[in-house]
Order: sequence, then C-alpha cells, then structure tokens
Amino acid sequence: MTQDSFADAVFQAGKIADHPRLSVYANGVTKSLISVLEAGFPVIRQLVGSAFFAEMALIFVRSHPPKSRMMMLYSTEFAVFLQDFPPVATLPYLPDMARLEQALRESYHAADALPMDPDALSGMTETHRLHFAPSLRIVRSTWPILAVWRAHVGGIAPNGPADVVILRPGFDPAPHALPIGGATLLEALLSGATLGHALSISPPELDLAAVLTLLLNEKALIGLSQ
Amino acid sequence: MLPLRPGVGFKPQHFQDLVTDPGPVGWVEVHAENYMGAGGRPLAQLRELATHFPVSVHGVGLSLGGNDPLDPDHLLRLKRLCDALPAASFSEHLAWSTHGDIWMNALLPLPYDSQTLSQVASHIDQTQTFLGRKLLLENPASYLTFAESTWDEVDFLTELVRRTGCGLLLDVNNVMVSSVNLQFDAGDYLTRFPLAFVEEIHVAGHEQELDDQGVSVLIDTHSAPVADAVWRLVADVVRRAGPKPILIEWDNDVPDWPVMAAEAGHAARLLAAG
Repeated sequence: MTQDSFADAVFQAGKIADHPRLSVYANGVTKSLISVLEAGFPVIRQLVGSAFFAEMALIFVRSHPPKSRMMMLYSTEFAVFLQDFPPVATLPYLPDMARLEQALRESYHAADALPMDPDALSGMTETHRLHFAPSLRIVRSTWPILAVWRAHVGGIAPNGPADVVILRPGFDPAPHALPIGGATLLEALLSGATLGHALSISPPELDLAAVLTLLLNEKALIGLSQ
Repeated sequence: MLPLRPGVGFKPQHFQDLVTDPGPVGWVEVHAENYMGAGGRPLAQLRELATHFPVSVHGVGLSLGGNDPLDPDHLLRLKRLCDALPAASFSEHLAWSTHGDIWMNALLPLPYDSQTLSQVASHIDQTQTFLGRKLLLENPASYLTFAESTWDEVDFLTELVRRTGCGLLLDVNNVMVSSVNLQFDAGDYLTRFPLAFVEEIHVAGHEQELDDQGVSVLIDTHSAPVADAVWRLVADVVRRAGPKPILIEWDNDVPDWPVMAAEAGHAARLLAAG
C-alpha cells in the first residue's frame, strides 16, 4: 500500500478496511491530534464537555489536518471552524474563546524581551512610536469572554463584554480586560502608528494612562522610537 | 555521546526535581519539536537543564521515510536547536509522518524494499550533512507488515548504518511490541541486532488492546512502567554489548518524579550488574 492510500485511510472515516491493524495507526494519528486540541483549548473543552469535545475535535482534525509540524500552535483554524459548526450555534461566544486560548498559547511560546525603563516614558511625545513585547496579543470580543474564562480557570474579572489583551511579564501569559478604545489604540501602535496618530483614531473616552500603566506593570513595553 | 547511565525523557513537571536531586539520572532527552518556539518557559527551562545534564535531542518530525523531500525549514530549526544547546546526541525514527502538506503527528510504517532503503539512506545523508552531526536511527514499534517488504528489519537497519554511517537507537520496548504484534522472537531479533552501532537504548511501557478482529495487540503507549519482559531483554543486551545509555520514556499519564527516579534506578542497577 502506498503512502497516498495510507494517508487517505487515516483522514477518511470508514475507509480503514484493508487491514485490521491499519486502524491502530489511524487511531494513533487522530488521537494524538485530538490530545493536542484538548491541551490547547481546555476552557472550550470544559464549556462543551469532554465527550462532546472529543467528537467535535475528531471532525475538526479530519477536515482540518495540520499543515505544520509545530503542534504547539495547532490550530488557528479551530475558532473559524467553531463559527460554522451547527451543534455549537447556541454558544456564539465559543469562537472568541477559542481565539483567546489560541492567543494564550502563542504568547506562551513567543520570543522573550527585556522591558523598557519606565522612567523613559516621561520623555514620550505624540511623535513617538511604542514597541511591545512579542508575547502581547489582543483578542477583540463582543462577549464577556474574560469573565467566562476566569470562571473556568480561577480569579475574578469584570462582568460584561470587553476586549482582552494578553501580557506575559515572565513566562506565564495572563489575559486582562482592556478599557474602552484600548484595543483600537494598541492595534494602531502595533502596526507602527505614532502615539499621536493612534490617539487620533481612538474614541475620546479612552483612558490612555490606564492602558500605559497596565502595559508597564506587566512589562509589555520594550521601547520607544521617533 | 551520552554517558553510560540512565536518562529520562524530560517533562516540565519534573524540572525542579531534576535540577535539585536527579538521583541516578545522568542525562535527559527532549522531543525536538517541543522546543521550536521563539522563546518563553520551554526554552528557558531547556537552557537551564543543559547546564546540569547532557541533552539528547530526539526528533519526531523529520519524516525520514516520507516520499516527500525533507522540509528545509524543519532541518534549519533542528540545526539551531542542536547547535544552541549543544546537543550531546541527535536521534530520529525509521518512519514517515508527512504527506504532501499534511502533518500526521504520528510515526507511520514503511515497507522494507530497496526503493525505501535508498530513499531513507538519502534522507539520513542529507540530515547528517546539514546538521554536521551523526544521526541515531530508532527501530519502530510495528503493528503490521507490508506485502512489498523484501528486507528483514534488522538487515534493513544494518544496511542503513553501512550506507550512511549513522548510529542506532535501539528501542527495546518497540522490539517487544513488534515481536508480539508480528509474531517473531524478540530474543532472536536482538541476537541479530548490530549492537556495536547502538549508542542509546530506549525503554517504555506499553498497553494491550484488541484490534478490529478482536486479536490482542500491544500498543507502544509510553504510558506505563517498563514491563519486566522488556527489562530482561535489556539486561541481556547489556550483558552482551556492555553498558549503554538507557532512556526511560514516559510521555502519557506521566507519573510524579519518584516513580520516574525509581525506573531510572532500575536501569542503573542493570547497568552496574552488566
């Protein structure tokens, strides 16, 4: 049998009849990929239950097999899959929760960076650009995903919908609620806008001091440039 | 080269125990692919471990037996990891894992024919040249044989050593698992195995399941203590070939440190007994 037919058998349910032991390999492939998803999306798993998660994950790994060997990031497509998976249509916040869990993993494995000296911020003007730790991630949501995440993982979070920023002061990424306009500001700054330009497109109720304090406290600012 | 002592497959939950009181453990092995991120705790822990122990880099992602060319990006990630530590040893599997652009995340079996032999030999050559280091090739745990096979597995591995100059990683649990599943004699297999080229031994636990026809099959799960029958085979190998670095692999349902240390202690006594 060729590697083509072997691979087809693994990813197509019901095609494993050629040899009674082929299913050992096929199960090995799907089980290992399902465990990767179980480890990567623990809160989604708690929300839908472990038996349902395993069934859903099997459908996902067959329709979205990994295209990379970097299992630590499998899979960014899971959130998109959840958006269009009818059995979870009654849990419309699941895709955003999956984006949050994926962003936490990305942050965990992101490059290390030295934080900037907070005193250097006193010389900051609107012409400056801000540089952030590579572990910073923003997850926008119209659902209270942080409150739901906290309810499953521990800790407390404000009720109500909020955009989330993930910050990693050491090796443990943690999600934080962003004040109104914070995500708009940070996305502009991350794309290289000057502080002045980022502020000009942010809503007037933005509390800049609150955002900067959070970033400094969590060691997410690594430098300024003109 | 690894020390002629027991080693353990590194699990993050054992980090503190390993760096404070490793007991009989003289080296550690990591799965290369878990340390290919850009930074964070995994790489920081690995850097610190490398100050305490020789580190063996064990790849599961190269797909040496794949029909596709080796992935140059993956080779580069391997080289960076091996050079940064630097790795005391590098090993990979006689298996395939990629199909086109799909990554199967499992070690899949190969027919032992002359075409596979040339293909694997060429991939080993390419890897050793690119990494600038010797590759230790691990014998697989098998659940079926291919009608296309014209080579015996031991002869096939021996010929790969002859053609490429690679070394061998003898996984004795894999021999046990394959011998039950394919109904051959494990002792005979090990008698014919070219022990002079073995630079590392793996032991692990396996579990028994039933296949689609209700026939008992041993699965290489790495989720249990090493079976007594496997220890006996290892003892026989050590008596004939002298001490070798022995790795305890325990990747699923990983126990607390004292259980790992006890398994390493078993290997240490066996090495001392010769």
